[in-house]
Amino acid sequence: MPYIPNTDDDRRKMFDKIGVKNFDELIDNIPEKLRVKGELDIPALPEMELLNEIEGLARRNRTDQVCFAGGGVYDHFIPAAVGTIIGRPEFTTAYTPYQAEVSQGTLQVIYEFQTHICRLTGMEIANASMYDGATAAAEAVVMALGVTKKKKVVLSETVNPLYREVIQTYLSGREVELVTVPFKDGLTDLNRLEDTVDENTACVLVGQPNFFGLLEELDLVVETAHKVNALLIIAVDPIAQALLKTPADYGADIVVGEGQPLGMPPSFGGPLLGFFAARKKLARNMPGRITACTVDVDGKTGFVLTLQTREQHIRRDKASSNICTNQALCATTAAVYMSLLGKTGLTRVALLSAEKAQQAAARIDGLDGFELYFKAPFVREFAVKTPRPAREVIASLLKKNILPGVNAGRWFKGLDDCLIVALTEKRTGPEIDLLVKGLKELAARDVVSRM
Amino acid sequence: MNVPVDLKYTKEHEWVKVEGNIATVGITDWAQGELGDIVFVELPAAGLAVAQMETFGTIEAVKAVSDLFSPVTGKVTEVNAALEDEPMLINRDPYGEGWMIKVEVADASQLEQLLDAGAYKELLGE
Repeated sequence: MPYIPNTDDDRRKMFDKIGVKNFDELIDNIPEKLRVKGELDIPALPEMELLNEIEGLARRNRTDQVCFAGGGVYDHFIPAAVGTIIGRPEFTTAYTPYQAEVSQGTLQVIYEFQTHICRLTGMEIANASMYDGATAAAEAVVMALGVTKKKKVVLSETVNPLYREVIQTYLSGREVELVTVPFKDGLTDLNRLEDTVDENTACVLVGQPNFFGLLEELDLVVETAHKVNALLIIAVDPIAQALLKTPADYGADIVVGEGQPLGMPPSFGGPLLGFFAARKKLARNMPGRITACTVDVDGKTGFVLTLQTREQHIRRDKASSNICTNQALCATTAAVYMSLLGKTGLTRVALLSAEKAQQAAARIDGLDGFELYFKAPFVREFAVKTPRPAREVIASLLKKNILPGVNAGRWFKGLDDCLIVALTEKRTGPEIDLLVKGLKELAARDVVSRM
Repeated sequence: MNVPVDLKYTKEHEWVKVEGNIATVGITDWAQGELGDIVFVELPAAGLAVAQMETFGTIEAVKAVSDLFSPVTGKVTEVNAALEDEPMLINRDPYGEGWMIKVEVADASQLEQLLDAGAYKELLGE
């Protein structure tokens, strides 16, 4: 029985209202060949056969590769306690709770998550989380347009290209000018930035570290943005952030990022976790849900959702954002991970990742045919110039069970020979040896084939 | 219900007081009573243009947010900065300390389209 709650009469009225004759006319803009004719072809299998089928598919997943790929999602170690704690049924059924009277535990966890994000970024207020880093960045841009009432958005080309794509999608249909400032030597070209940012600019978005793993010269970016009262949005890597000056110290107005490295596996790309923090002055323009700490009639500490008047269920079409949920279980995971590691542990993870990255980079830079693509300082990820297309280098090393990095050419014209390599504390000495050896053999084979 | 006779009113419950070509704008005693405790007001910056019966800001009470409509077209010359820290001034003194913005009136004839105290009282059903 199809679950369609409206009657023929209801549908008739809706069609009349919007001025179409029937359902076919309503979906007229979907090409004929894309439409399903007749019934959906879904085979019915007995449970046992279905299980065999699905397990067969699962076996085709490769989980034994040594991962040097990053690009926003990283392979960090996850303490077993994280899974045990978030596996409690009270947490696994988590959803952003409307009813404070029956949701104190969940609300407290979200509040702790927000507190951790504030401490990590130095910002004054964080929300209950968003879908992923990309949507958090897009929401930040939309928020800046609302706050400043200006119409121009300036992005650095070194911001994660996936974030830039999502931002473009968010802005399509709005009367907004989106300008991307190119990079020079791997960093946002500050001269071009200064030429681009003007009185009409609502915000400037940069990554720290940027997509190539490099540290941007933020002081100058801040100055350029604030001179014309544009908001500065910084997209950060939460692990690298443990070692760096906070975005708040730089003068950021909004900070966003991908929270996956905080206790979640890369898992073929999801689920991810967006985090979002801002200056307190901007609290009422923030997207998403926000949990607050308060006291009840007896003076006891309690937690509630707050500032809901920004949100869709109250503000309807004038809401600050259409997001009215969060990534509750992923946010819980991040809160548990950060609580277990603490400031010392997180700093240690970051430091180990950074040290291993510097060592690996130095060794690869010394290989025939390979060199570092850019000279600017990096934290835990770096770009390598490869003797043949990075795509081929990846394909070749995959045969040795090594995922050597991300192919920058996928998103950047002219960077087909650029491999972005990421390190985490999880990569062992022998694994790094394996990567270096794999690359070296590749270069040697190239020399032989040229002779 | 306090509806001063020397003011003009909108159907959306804003009041306006005109002195020379400057119009001072706020919300009525009835409106503040309906909203209850006001926790936040978002107002435009001085220098911005507002248009008659278009929103110039929002007002947030504990359980609702409402738009604020400008009774006249013109340029904002002054904003009541005290409301940022003390929005409850609107509850306490809607026609005095709770004023919101001052607008340089572009077209004085617009004032004739507004309600006088009698018509506004009628709107409230008094």
